[in-house]
Amino acid sequence: MLRFSTWKFFAIVAMTLAAVLIVAPSMLSASHYEQLKSRLPSWLVPPTIVLGLDLQGGSHVMLEVDQADLIATQVKNLRDDVRRILREEKVAITGGIGTTARGVQVRVADEADREKILPKLRQLRNSFSSALMGGPSPLDVETSPDGVIRVTITDAGLTDKSRKAVEQSIEVIRRRVDALGTREPSIQRQGDDRVLVQVPGLQDPETLKEILGKTAKLEFRLVAEPGQNPSETEELDQVEQEGKIAVEKQVMVKGEDLTDAQPGFDQQRSGEPVVNFRFNIRGAQAFGEVTSKNVGRLFAIVLDNKVISAPRILTPITGGSGQISGRFTVEQANNLSILLRAGALPAKLNIVEERTVGPGLGQDSIDAGKRAAYVGAGLVVVYMLVTYGVFGVFANLALFVHIAFIFAGLVLLGSTLTLPGIAGIVLTIGMAVDSNVLIYERIREENHAGRSILASLDAGFTRAFATIVDSNVTMFVAAAILYFLGTGPVRGFAVSLALGILTTIVTAVTMTRMMIAVWYHYARPTKLPI
Amino acid sequence: MKLLRLAPENTKFPFMRFRRVSYPFSALLSLIAVALFVFKGMNFGIDFAGGTVIELRAKSGAAEVGTLRTLGESLHLGDIEVQAFGNPADATLRFGLQPGGDVAQQAAVERVRDAVGAYYDLRRVEVVGPRVSNELVQSGTLGVVLSIIAVLSYLWFRFEWQFAIGAVIATMHDLLLTVGFFSITQLEFNTTSIAAILTIVGYSLNETVVVLDRIRENMRKYKKMATAQMVDMSINAVLPRTIMTATTVMLALFALVAFGGQVIRSFSLAMIWGIFVATYSSIFICSPMLIYLGLRNEDADKAAMQKHETERKAETADSLRNEAAEGQAAAPTSSPAATEKTPAPARKAAGKRAKTRPA
Repeated sequence: MLRFSTWKFFAIVAMTLAAVLIVAPSMLSASHYEQLKSRLPSWLVPPTIVLGLDLQGGSHVMLEVDQADLIATQVKNLRDDVRRILREEKVAITGGIGTTARGVQVRVADEADREKILPKLRQLRNSFSSALMGGPSPLDVETSPDGVIRVTITDAGLTDKSRKAVEQSIEVIRRRVDALGTREPSIQRQGDDRVLVQVPGLQDPETLKEILGKTAKLEFRLVAEPGQNPSETEELDQVEQEGKIAVEKQVMVKGEDLTDAQPGFDQQRSGEPVVNFRFNIRGAQAFGEVTSKNVGRLFAIVLDNKVISAPRILTPITGGSGQISGRFTVEQANNLSILLRAGALPAKLNIVEERTVGPGLGQDSIDAGKRAAYVGAGLVVVYMLVTYGVFGVFANLALFVHIAFIFAGLVLLGSTLTLPGIAGIVLTIGMAVDSNVLIYERIREENHAGRSILASLDAGFTRAFATIVDSNVTMFVAAAILYFLGTGPVRGFAVSLALGILTTIVTAVTMTRMMIAVWYHYARPTKLPI
Repeated sequence: MKLLRLAPENTKFPFMRFRRVSYPFSALLSLIAVALFVFKGMNFGIDFAGGTVIELRAKSGAAEVGTLRTLGESLHLGDIEVQAFGNPADATLRFGLQPGGDVAQQAAVERVRDAVGAYYDLRRVEVVGPRVSNELVQSGTLGVVLSIIAVLSYLWFRFEWQFAIGAVIATMHDLLLTVGFFSITQLEFNTTSIAAILTIVGYSLNETVVVLDRIRENMRKYKKMATAQMVDMSINAVLPRTIMTATTVMLALFALVAFGGQVIRSFSLAMIWGIFVATYSSIFICSPMLIYLGLRNEDADKAAMQKHETERKAETADSLRNEAAEGQAAAPTSSPAATEKTPAPARKAAGKRAKTRPA
């Protein structure tokens, strides 16, 4: 009991000092922290504790790929591909290209024609998805005896598209969120079809949702002429006016061929806010070609399947730039240009979960958490003191180090402190003394059974240790599972609970033992003080 | 300095005798808890039920709950719940899932924002769509089940199987009563509540382990003592620690309830209840289970029984002559006469043996 190796003593003292040094900067105000950082070399100043969104305010938005929309887009692309093949092979079909729930179908009456296009259709598999080489086919191509060929997207093909859509979306979303000028946004994929966006300290969460919720799929299409084949056109809503307008399904130029988009004002007419854009070479060529062939016709600017405006093609537009007008406000023009610059999302994303905390509420939560922690710790400290006297002082010192260790652990792991996390720390304050209580009660018991003070101290520590390990392991397992299955704030709780359990072993057992050993050495008590 | 002692010293409560009361009592409470869960149900928060919570603070003056309620109802968002709490300027609005999938939920928030935005700041907005809430239910349930399995496997590995069974039953008991607590108080049940439940499970096992550890130690020390007596002795020995720890944790929790704010209040209240239940079940549910399951002390019990039997036979023989002796035949098996205390030197030796533990 009294023998305590010197290295152990110094190891504990060093650990305590390190913990205090690691935590200290987090306790400083933001301005003092910056000062400290500017004066010392950066590797010397540890980072501060990261506060969760519930404490510093911010937005947590979970987006999910809209499956219905994804299927619709893929079917549309498939339809364009099939149309291209039919045209290239000069194959005549009976009726138009029909769509099914998950694919397209065409009726080719002539068998030779069928044989000609079938290999081409099967080849679509390769371009449809490259990641699935050797895996399950993303497309099914089947023919029925009456000459109908069906091309269907399989589940595997859809999952693959969904996963790809998420990957591309993350890039697009990052560009969009960065345009808002927020600090340290976190954008992560979740599962096969979700993206989690977390933006701390946002003053205006509405704009975030505004720019996250839009697909921003821009298309230039010709407005249908009377008498055009109805299967080649569709009716779309208009933004400016009531009622629908029929446009061709065929897309002239897509938004992905834009190189730039900037908000501006209409120079010639009203001076209303507009968005000026520039095409890349491919876009400029295609746009020039279509406008040269269709002078006098109307073309529609379609954003997310709504017609923003439908101006008339007066002269061929070959310069590769243009402007979108649509009775915008300045803010709308600004947001639209952000969206066009960042590019379109490959699929529509829906907000399936949103948690937004204003900065004021976050500060209130921090204050409440602090108050609860001070009061809780204060009560426990006083209680230990009146129950165990000088041993209570040791337990309290150990408790102080224990809390320092938890915070140091949070800094080192870079994990976030959430409100439930604070609750977890307050709870471990109560739990940490459990180990001390186990030891002290055992010491008393052994002493009452007639052992000498030294023997009681020794027996108390050795016997209680096994129990402490067993009980802490069970608690730790619960915390670990909570961490792996929990989300957001609950995870924060699991982390502080788990850290608290680990540090308990060091502080409540080893440290207290050391303090009692030193105390015994100098005080030479004749009677156990508890 | 005179130190404070809340726990009485050297108690000799015959805890095991209460098992005939505690088992039916707990069974009844568990049944009530299940019935409450089935018939009254839980106040599921938006995490599990889906829906929207909006926390408002009036830009000036106090929040007008009545006005908010009428306003809320005029938006046709189904059942809308308006509550004032804490600061008089604060109020929360809560409404369920809107028909029309994820898009409809966001549209509903927009309508509320438009309606109240001029007079109130939206301090917190939480929207959980139908699919996410289903997943949270699944992962929550999975978490509770998995952690119980994991912890029990550890107990199985560290202790005899009887201990693990006893711990399972005690944990289930605590779980049921906590669910019952949520149902009867109608405290909001959300992901934080799952954290509370898992912490209660952890604490309950912690309590159980402390008692079981002492039982195991004493089991080796007092090989010839009847199980019930040995269990009683062990519980009495750890009783001061049980009371001390429960009190300190309670102090911390009361601080959380009083000062921790709205968000973690239901968590803290559930924890307080959980500490009560866990302490009770470790003593009155888990420990008696060891007697029912016939712990290692079978031999000692048998010896005690036999000894008692012979005594009884002798007594019966006596009673042939003396009819009044019949009542004594019903003496409990763990009567002190049937057991012997290990002499002190042997006890020390046993104590040393107990130190070498199985890996």
